[in-house]
Amino acid sequence: MKAQEYTVIGTRPVRHDGVDKVTGRAQYGADFQMAGLLYGHILRSPHAHARIRRIDTSKAEKFPGVKAVVTADDFPQVAERIVDLGEGDTPLSYARGNVLAKGKTLYKGHAVAAVAATSVHVAEEAAGLIEVDYEVLPCVLTAPEAMQDNAPILHDDLKTKEFGEQTGRVSNVSEHFRHVMGDAEAGFAQADVVLEREFHTATVHQGYIEPHNATALWNNDGRILVWCSTQGAFVVRDVTACILDVPVSRVKVTPMEIGGGFGGKIPVYLEPVAALLSKKTGKPVKIVMSRKDVFEGSGPTPGSYIKVKIGARKDGRITAARAYLAYEAGAYPGAMVGPGAMCVFAAYDIPNVVIDGFDVVVNKPSTAAYRAPGATNAAFATESVIDEIAEKLGMDPLDFRLKNAAKEGTRRADGPKYRRVGCVEVIETLKNHPHYSAPLGGPHRGRGVAIGFWFNVGLPSSCTISVNADGTVNLVEGSTDIGGTRTSIAMQAAEVLGITAEAVRPTVVDTDSVGFTAVTGGSRTTFATGWAAYEAAQDILRQMKERAAKIWETDAASVVVERGVFRSGDKSMTFGELAGRLDQTGGPVVGRGAVNPRGVGGSFSGCIADVEVDPETGKVSVLRFTSVQDAGKAIHPSYVEGQMQGGSVQGIGWALNEEYYMSDAGSMMNSSLLDYRMPTALDLPMIDTAIVEVPNPGHPFGARGVGEANIVPPPGAIANAIYRAAGVRMNRLPMNPPAIMQAIWSQRD
Amino acid sequence: MPTVYIPTLLRTLTGGKASVEVEGATVRQLIDNLDRAWPGVRERLLDEGKLRPNISVAVDGEVTPMGLIEAVGPASEVHFIAAIKGGSHPRL
Repeated sequence: MKAQEYTVIGTRPVRHDGVDKVTGRAQYGADFQMAGLLYGHILRSPHAHARIRRIDTSKAEKFPGVKAVVTADDFPQVAERIVDLGEGDTPLSYARGNVLAKGKTLYKGHAVAAVAATSVHVAEEAAGLIEVDYEVLPCVLTAPEAMQDNAPILHDDLKTKEFGEQTGRVSNVSEHFRHVMGDAEAGFAQADVVLEREFHTATVHQGYIEPHNATALWNNDGRILVWCSTQGAFVVRDVTACILDVPVSRVKVTPMEIGGGFGGKIPVYLEPVAALLSKKTGKPVKIVMSRKDVFEGSGPTPGSYIKVKIGARKDGRITAARAYLAYEAGAYPGAMVGPGAMCVFAAYDIPNVVIDGFDVVVNKPSTAAYRAPGATNAAFATESVIDEIAEKLGMDPLDFRLKNAAKEGTRRADGPKYRRVGCVEVIETLKNHPHYSAPLGGPHRGRGVAIGFWFNVGLPSSCTISVNADGTVNLVEGSTDIGGTRTSIAMQAAEVLGITAEAVRPTVVDTDSVGFTAVTGGSRTTFATGWAAYEAAQDILRQMKERAAKIWETDAASVVVERGVFRSGDKSMTFGELAGRLDQTGGPVVGRGAVNPRGVGGSFSGCIADVEVDPETGKVSVLRFTSVQDAGKAIHPSYVEGQMQGGSVQGIGWALNEEYYMSDAGSMMNSSLLDYRMPTALDLPMIDTAIVEVPNPGHPFGARGVGEANIVPPPGAIANAIYRAAGVRMNRLPMNPPAIMQAIWSQRD
Repeated sequence: MPTVYIPTLLRTLTGGKASVEVEGATVRQLIDNLDRAWPGVRERLLDEGKLRPNISVAVDGEVTPMGLIEAVGPASEVHFIAAIKGGSHPRL
């Protein structure tokens, strides 16, 4: 369909789930109730690294009101295999070991045992009666420390692999990979300016407001029913089945409404434990994490050590770049260093590049995805060095970026060449935005810019649509709705059918009721599940043309449909009129769409940040902030803007405040939302947005995923703004008042 | 013939070559033919006949969900890249 013909795409209908959300009727996992419900509580390790010598659950089991206690020994012992965690694979032993520790605890907060009881308070008190004999081991908390030869080893059998080759070296480095393009040393030799800088970024949490929760019932027929908060019901089904060693057909997962995820609600933590407790008790068991559990027992995003070297000629052309990325995976391998390496120089056309990536285990919670996972850390480093080089060359920072911007045909160091992308358009929009030339209006103020990239993913999605006699349709899909995707998916079906978005009733259903649908992650849902809805709607049109042909006693090939009106010769009928005659023409019409789409279009984003730095305290205030992003085609512009604002705010929090503040013994010292300081509305200006639309040729409506790229540039932009406000180049996140003052004092010295 | 870009850490097996042209109509055929020319490549990419869990294959710039059975054309570019999230394991 041509863009100018759209009647629904690009409009801003009210979200279908809006009334339930604003009236408090939406059902979240913690709201779930059923007859005979028991309450679970998880006992967590007080030590960052310890061997479990013995667990004695006898006192807890005898405690009044306790119905069952489980440990890792209650899991079926099955052969090692690979399980799909939703955004990648991992060995089953790691997935299971993170749910309940076996042999060793690898971080403070690691789940060790669980209790089911008649109340949550009884369960919590009983969990305190479980006696665990720990042999406390030395811990290691950062990647550079964990990579040293004498570092405490987390996994005695973990040996470093280098692209499939087992080195035989026992180490905390799970994996080392390298991307090479061109000749970096020759490129640096051609440069007039070469800068190399080191950066550190802290472990941060996604900060979703709704804690993890799960209710499970191991039914008498052997089926396991689960209700939970997840970004991927099918991932929960498959991982739970794998850990419990049952076929996937015996697990049904119903996704409840979700109060935020940002990648952190892809892993499975509670569901297999609740199921085990249910199996032992014969009752449904609900477990809800506390905020402390969420911080200490679920996956944050990796802290990192990054070194970036970039060389450029006087004419402003970058000749070479090198990056060294060491990311903290947490307790089990799987840091998002691969995506970090894909994105570290992704915004630039650089002929000579070397990128080394290291996946390093440390005694912190096993990390999870967080909105463009790995890319924000990397872009903070790259965009800081880019800014410094532009200054040394005497170039405007956006002109320097524009001169080196990635475009169609640019090859990334990890291999692929870009198809049509919007990097240039994003930079031009930043440059032409009134914000970029507005006066700063006071002392100690500075303006910074940065750009970033996220590649987005496709993955499978399924959808069915059934036609109602009143001309509306019911759309059934399996993508958990985090950011308004019910509506953005419904709009794509509505556009094809020629009806309004309001005439589509979208419902997210359980894993028995729709075909396999991958996680809501990778900025894929509007792209891929929307595409499934597009296909299902096309299927509806095909069938309805046949029905019209029957009514008109003509050949279906003669029937055309445009904007919801079917025509053949001089006869015509609206979608609604035809929908009312389905029973007489053959019965219900149900369309289906199932896709595993190609054509994923990456998204570039950029931002302008104005800050004021208090020279006495180091406090940074964000005065003005503008986010620009290529959406391909904005299906629902309000939701695109919402994603851009949300990603910007999270990027600002990552830049200025947020961090896991760890004691030397590996305890998180700020595991509450009071002490883990996420930005609130009072801390922020209105986030301005400008949507760029460079259509993705790989999608029926030109859409690109927009959920992630927007978090990538803010830390770099704010660092660059701080430099212009206070004269110090920051190389560590968060850039909180102590760090700013330290930098100012160091410069004075 | 399709062009296969050799991952940096496999180039010790291909005499340092960064890209090679290889006959084949699917990713699996490309790997078989690569292994004939440079023994050991298959073992580094596959485990028990499947792509290793930490490796994805991209054809013409896009990671393919079809893996080894993905069709490749005469002008295709094929890259083996690190999977988004993974994790090595001694027993796998």
